Amino acid sequence: MTAPPIVRLENVTKSYGKVESLRGVTLDIGANEIVGLIGDNGAGKSTLIKILTGVERPTSGSITIKGEKINAGSYSVREAQKLRIETVYQESSLGEKQPLWRNFFVGRPITNRFGFINVKAQREAAEHIMRTTIGFRGVGIDVNTPVSSLSGGERQGVAIGRAMYFESDLIVLDEPTVALAIKEVQKVLDFIRSIKAGGRTCIYIEHNIHHVHEVCDRLIVLDRGKVALDVPTSDMTYAELTEFLMSLHAPARNTA
Amino acid sequence: MAGTRQAARSGWLARFLALEGVPIAIVFAVLIGLFVITAPGAFTGYRIYMSFMATVPPPMIVALGLTLVVVAGEIDLSFPAVIAFASYVFCLLFKEYDLTFVAFGAAILVGVVMGLINGLVITKLGMPSLIATLAMLFVWGGFVTVVSGGISLAIPTVRGTAIHTIFAGRIGVFPVQFLWALGTAVVVWFLLNRHRFGESLLFIGDSLKVARVVGIATDREKIKLFTLMGGLSAFAGVLLSLETSTYFSQAGMGYLLIVVASVFIGGTSIFGGSGKVIGTVFGALIVAVIEAGLVASGIQGFWTRFYIGVVFIVAVTMNTAIEDPDKVPLLRDLRAFTRN
Repeated sequence: MTAPPIVRLENVTKSYGKVESLRGVTLDIGANEIVGLIGDNGAGKSTLIKILTGVERPTSGSITIKGEKINAGSYSVREAQKLRIETVYQESSLGEKQPLWRNFFVGRPITNRFGFINVKAQREAAEHIMRTTIGFRGVGIDVNTPVSSLSGGERQGVAIGRAMYFESDLIVLDEPTVALAIKEVQKVLDFIRSIKAGGRTCIYIEHNIHHVHEVCDRLIVLDRGKVALDVPTSDMTYAELTEFLMSLHAPARNTA
Repeated sequence: MAGTRQAARSGWLARFLALEGVPIAIVFAVLIGLFVITAPGAFTGYRIYMSFMATVPPPMIVALGLTLVVVAGEIDLSFPAVIAFASYVFCLLFKEYDLTFVAFGAAILVGVVMGLINGLVITKLGMPSLIATLAMLFVWGGFVTVVSGGISLAIPTVRGTAIHTIFAGRIGVFPVQFLWALGTAVVVWFLLNRHRFGESLLFIGDSLKVARVVGIATDREKIKLFTLMGGLSAFAGVLLSLETSTYFSQAGMGYLLIVVASVFIGGTSIFGGSGKVIGTVFGALIVAVIEAGLVASGIQGFWTRFYIGVVFIVAVTMNTAIEDPDKVPLLRDLRAFTRN
């Protein structure tokens, strides 16, 4: 890897009282790669993401973003956004009744100095994002369509498109295909590929290892707070990956 | 799903009806038409229209403020007391100290402070606005009755002063306050539809959780909202005092139901996240025209509320049906029935 990694975590731990959620995680997220983050409930995926995006602070260890060491004490969501790291949550980031042109820009609208929104500029930019970045085509959606008439997959597309428009270098997707129909899942996987095509990096958190294996360049498996596997996807077939994940569970099953 | 998207756009008639305020303007025109038939004496002359335009501005201005409040998924029931308080402050300062514009400023300031306190109670005590503002209706209403000693104030000499000419004078026969109401409507429309404050309200009303995730300072925006509502209610109170040259402690209480009705007749959804400012303007006009029209048609005044209620239900159903006929269960079932 020639370019410095976007994010480097070294020996990061996180404890909630007596519960150790992360027990010394070290990993790099390189530029322009799609990294699949896999792990059971309680493996530490969401804790890891919360630390990465500034929602929570690590108990120990260091975070380096784009070659710069982060002061863990003052790292926050706002700080993460400034460093161009964005999280796209499953639900809860789009206004149902609001048109797409508002949803793309909400929170940071294009305004004049009196706070009035330049609707024309926002419509044009939204149109551009839809046609080029995320490739919505001929599906009866335009910038005035409210989110409520979009399918689950299309909503993920809008959220991803928004993150890309605001030049995020690292986009974190938290289980974007949960509760989606198969056709919709394919759309979301295409949006994920468009993140890479757009030169950005993506961390893709997913339960369904099949999807992960399909789109990711690299796989990281977390198990009980530690990195259990970190390999390029090409090194491991889907069957091998399944077998590896099963083997993690085997001892647990015996003791149960 | 693609079907509904297509249907929403087909046909010039559908598109015309979907324009903001068009359906409700039609209801208004139909009502006027009915009254021209039932009470030609009154409704073919200009006087009755001038009389509307003199009396409708206070409730219309409050309804415009309330539209923004409803957009944010909140409600304000305290405005009658704010109207009364502002009216009292204005009348007292005019009567005792001959103050005019200063009295106006003081009355607005009182409304703004009351609104700010409403906002703080709602956001900082975490009380639902329905309950908080209902409580504040008692608090402010009780307070103004105590402070004023329960008596009324008459300020007949306010007529002819500059402030009266500016806010409640006549251009020929045309009442100036109606222009202030329309001006308020224009400002509120731009605030809601073109300003980032309005966008914050839309997202807050849509989903508080989403609003927070996208970085809207929800508490701060709500406090601003209730403060603005307080200011507009106070403005309405002063206009009322200027038009009637009186204060009485129940001033404003009569507006409680008609203001709320104006907002919902106008097509603003109680669920928040969307609002129709032009609809509210016509909603306020409709309520006023029903009151005057029924009396002029020789129907007993007691029937007024009955008919406002009927128009209320018709208008709200129509607004919903135009948005999406399937949202009205009766229409949905009828459509399904005729298709089979």
